[in-house]
Amino acid sequence: MKGILAWLGGLRPRLVVAFVLVALASSAVAGAVSYRVARDALLADAQNTAMARTLNEVNAALPTLPYPPNQTALDAFARSLSGNVLVTYGDTLQARSGGPAPDALAGLRRDVPQHDGLRYQRVVVDGVPWLAYGSRIATTDGRPSGLEVYGLADLSGPQHSIDELARTTLQFTLLSLIPAIALALLAARGVLRPVRGLREAARRLAAGELDTRLRVRGSDELAELVSTFNDTAEALERNVNRLRRMESDARRFVADVSHELRTPLAAMVAVTDTLDEEAGGLSGDAATAARLISSETRKLATLVENLIEISRFDAGGAELRLDGPVDIGAAVSATLAARGWTDRIDTDLPQGIMADVDRRRLDIIVANLVGNALSHGAPPVTVTATRVRSVPEATAESAAGTVAASRVAEGVAVTVADRGPGLSPEVGPHVFDRFYKADTARGRSEGSGLGLAIALENARLHGGVIEACNRAGGGAEFRLILPRYQQRHQQPAREGAR
Amino acid sequence: MCTVHKVLLIEDDAAVRDGLEVALRRQGHEVRAASTGEDGLAQLRSSPCDLVLLDLMLPGIDGFEVCRRIRAAGSVPIIMFTARGDDLDVVGGLEAGADDYVVKPVEPRVLDARIRAVLRRADREPQERRSHGDLVIDRAALTVAKAGQPVALTPTELRTLLELSRSPGRVLNRQQLLQAVWGHDHLGDSRLVDACVQRLRAKIEDNPSAPVYVQTVRGFGYRFGPV
Repeated sequence: MKGILAWLGGLRPRLVVAFVLVALASSAVAGAVSYRVARDALLADAQNTAMARTLNEVNAALPTLPYPPNQTALDAFARSLSGNVLVTYGDTLQARSGGPAPDALAGLRRDVPQHDGLRYQRVVVDGVPWLAYGSRIATTDGRPSGLEVYGLADLSGPQHSIDELARTTLQFTLLSLIPAIALALLAARGVLRPVRGLREAARRLAAGELDTRLRVRGSDELAELVSTFNDTAEALERNVNRLRRMESDARRFVADVSHELRTPLAAMVAVTDTLDEEAGGLSGDAATAARLISSETRKLATLVENLIEISRFDAGGAELRLDGPVDIGAAVSATLAARGWTDRIDTDLPQGIMADVDRRRLDIIVANLVGNALSHGAPPVTVTATRVRSVPEATAESAAGTVAASRVAEGVAVTVADRGPGLSPEVGPHVFDRFYKADTARGRSEGSGLGLAIALENARLHGGVIEACNRAGGGAEFRLILPRYQQRHQQPAREGAR
Repeated sequence: MCTVHKVLLIEDDAAVRDGLEVALRRQGHEVRAASTGEDGLAQLRSSPCDLVLLDLMLPGIDGFEVCRRIRAAGSVPIIMFTARGDDLDVVGGLEAGADDYVVKPVEPRVLDARIRAVLRRADREPQERRSHGDLVIDRAALTVAKAGQPVALTPTELRTLLELSRSPGRVLNRQQLLQAVWGHDHLGDSRLVDACVQRLRAKIEDNPSAPVYVQTVRGFGYRFGPV
């Protein structure tokens, strides 16, 4: 129903209706005018013939009529006239020939005595059209003689022709609708084809095919529209390409710098333990310097690792590695244990909540969320794993394609909550931003400043999300929600391939 | 642990080489260093070592080629360094025959743990030698023979085979194998297992693409036989 309405609202039916209305109106006006002219001409012709004949016969027979006439003379006079006639003298005498119906003349007989000259009117008796006409006859000196002659002419012949004319006019009017509709469709096609082409091109452009162009045909308004579209598409493509190039240059630079940093860092990290161990034997400042270099080297190494990790996401090079379903509770416990956090955190991690996740990435996410809660929140920090009914729609940059097109029905959630100050309204929207400083007074964040951004990227790679909010009783809550199932194609099946 | 291992370090960057030499020496290893693949291979020929630490990005012949040549000559365990940690390096290195890999920069303690795990000798077990078809696994002597011919396995390959064949027919997943054979934590890279199984199949199977001894159980892991 909706589709039909939409179709009716379309350009094509509107054009057809407009063309049909115009064709109908013009042929109706033309038909009506010509019908009227033809009818008048036909009727006038029939009238004039009948009336002229009667007038001539009256003029010829009148001299033989005695005045004042008696009934016999009047009858003879009436018989000498052809057609249906009625001759009256005053109110007393009348004679008929051909037997015109007196009631057909009733109107005329009231009218004729009042006027000079010929009077006529059209009457219909029993469905047959008649022309009734009549005139009073004056004496030679111009006074009314009291004689009146009436005639009744059959108009059914001309009426037949008129009806035929009306029918033909109507038929031609209806026939004219066929070329009107054809013309309308033709015009609609002429307009619609470029419009449809434009729509398709705009759709392709929106889908990211920035090299979409249309051929400009002709020089009408639609052609102008098409060439404007082409200009727009070209400008868009140019800008997008420029931005992409700049972005990829910037990303490659970050990646290159990070890699270049890795080699000297590898040398430095190799000797940090040595520095730590030897610092005890050094005196004052030298010991401080040694410990400082050792601890900052480790931080630098973490920062560079995080930069490399996030530039891998930016470059689209991150992939899930799936080794079958993972027990989420056990994996989270392992993450907490590996970092020595088990004693500092309240957990509710039931066994048997399974999901297809990349263990290493889940570890990164959980470690970052818990690490964030431990350093910015306040105890007690709680970590819980639950099943959830569905995964919320991920934001625009989600790794589309890792999840089936229909929204994943089932999910698993890992919630990290604390009782700290929570997220202030200014911080809330930026909590996942890179290097965002919650406290601007603090020169440098304790972590790399990339932890939550990396956590979010890893969640998105799974087709999941991380939601950050404040708890009712105070404190922040970060909720990781991941789909229960991943499409299996990403799992490397090495042994089968070889 | 007081075992002194002879480690050959092949690394072109002088600073990294020196740093790692210091770190490894302090962990109790005996370190020799080479700055090129050619030099490393020559040193390996002149005096054998227990383990090779191999950087993949080397001038001259690259780390992958060095790895292949070492593997062709013998079963000395190889741990490779990758500077990028991307999949191409890891997969390539494992295919070339490396037993394990670490990503630069690496904490000395982590590196030491990896070295000791790779060098760990398989435990001698009281069970007698047992035959599985053509394959004879002697758990006491820690030797493997195929159709009467001894098969040279690296320590990693041997431990993997012993682990899998302990109870034929039982499926072990990759994480279990990683923990048992490599001593990795719960986040170990399962590609280590896959690569090791590939190498193992190449040595003990008649047709490595239709394995009889080490079979894949898709979605779960691996199973030995039953033959």
